[in-house]
Amino acid sequence: MKEGVIIDLLKKLFKNDKDVSSKNIAKERLQFILIQDRIKLSPGEMESLKEELLAVLSKYIDVDSSNIKMEVDRHDDMMALVANFPLKRSV
Amino acid sequence: MAGKAIVITSGKGGVGKTTTTANLGTALAMLDRRVCLIDADIGLRNLDVVMGLENRIVYDIVDVVEGNCRLEQALIRDKRQNNLFLLPAAQTRDKTAVTPYQMQELVSKLKEEMDYVLVDSPAGIEQGFKNAISGADQAIIVTTPEVSAVRDADRIIGLLETEGFKEPEVIINRIRQDMVQKGDMMDIDDMIEILAIKLLGVVPEDENIVISTNRGEPIVLKPEKSRAGQAFNNIARRIDGEELPLMSLEKDTLLKKIKRIVGLS
Repeated sequence: MKEGVIIDLLKKLFKNDKDVSSKNIAKERLQFILIQDRIKLSPGEMESLKEELLAVLSKYIDVDSSNIKMEVDRHDDMMALVANFPLKRSV
Repeated sequence: MAGKAIVITSGKGGVGKTTTTANLGTALAMLDRRVCLIDADIGLRNLDVVMGLENRIVYDIVDVVEGNCRLEQALIRDKRQNNLFLLPAAQTRDKTAVTPYQMQELVSKLKEEMDYVLVDSPAGIEQGFKNAISGADQAIIVTTPEVSAVRDADRIIGLLETEGFKEPEVIINRIRQDMVQKGDMMDIDDMIEILAIKLLGVVPEDENIVISTNRGEPIVLKPEKSRAGQAFNNIARRIDGEELPLMSLEKDTLLKKIKRIVGLS
């Protein structure tokens, strides 16, 4: 019994609880699922939307394609697709 | 009298819609309101069982809409509260036996006699759900702190908003504070942030619910024995217009905090 308590204590001291706690995994997964649910897009369609947007934007500006973020926010009675296309730093 | 009709819905099954309906109805009746519960889950009726009224059913909701009996004949008076009534679902028919229009008519007739009409919606988003929400003035969504239940709740909120429900409210059911504290269950703030909806109340997981359902006695009848009973009573008072703070799920004393940090709880 006592050993168990000590091991638990050590685990608590040495692990970063925030990163591994399963509730955070649940929350992140949910947020991703809800993007697709809210705008009724499948993961595949979502990916093509992203690629087509990237293609259009790339015609005019230099986009950092590795850091694109898209999400759907809901505030009261309004929903918005928020897409974030960071620009490449000019050398 | 012009009462208020409230639909209790969730999308996902098994999150506690029927238990919530039975308890809120009983609690509102204990506040001296006239209340009618409608079981809109045609084909899978259960509200009568949770209320312990299954032996008193003579007519059901389908008998009423088909004209086999008058509405008053189908209403079952509760054993304990004489201002509480149940309109049971039919067990041998399916959801198409009632139309949204018929439901609307029924609810508005009942509103003339009652302070509150609570409609227990079936799981799902098909006809049964559409029936249950027609005629309701307000919607309460029941969910639990699980990914699947929250996802379905979000879908239902979207559908309710499309149907013109102004401010749906959510009840978070079956929360386990011990798991929340370990970081293994989403907390209230997480869920409200994700769903972006008004919180009506929180009900802790409570094994007394199983016992009370076994007996067919809503848990609010003995609130001193259970946290869930107290939580449902508080929610009923909030529905009735009282401003009540959220019940704390657990007293977070200094000792407990220290224990948690040191790893003893």
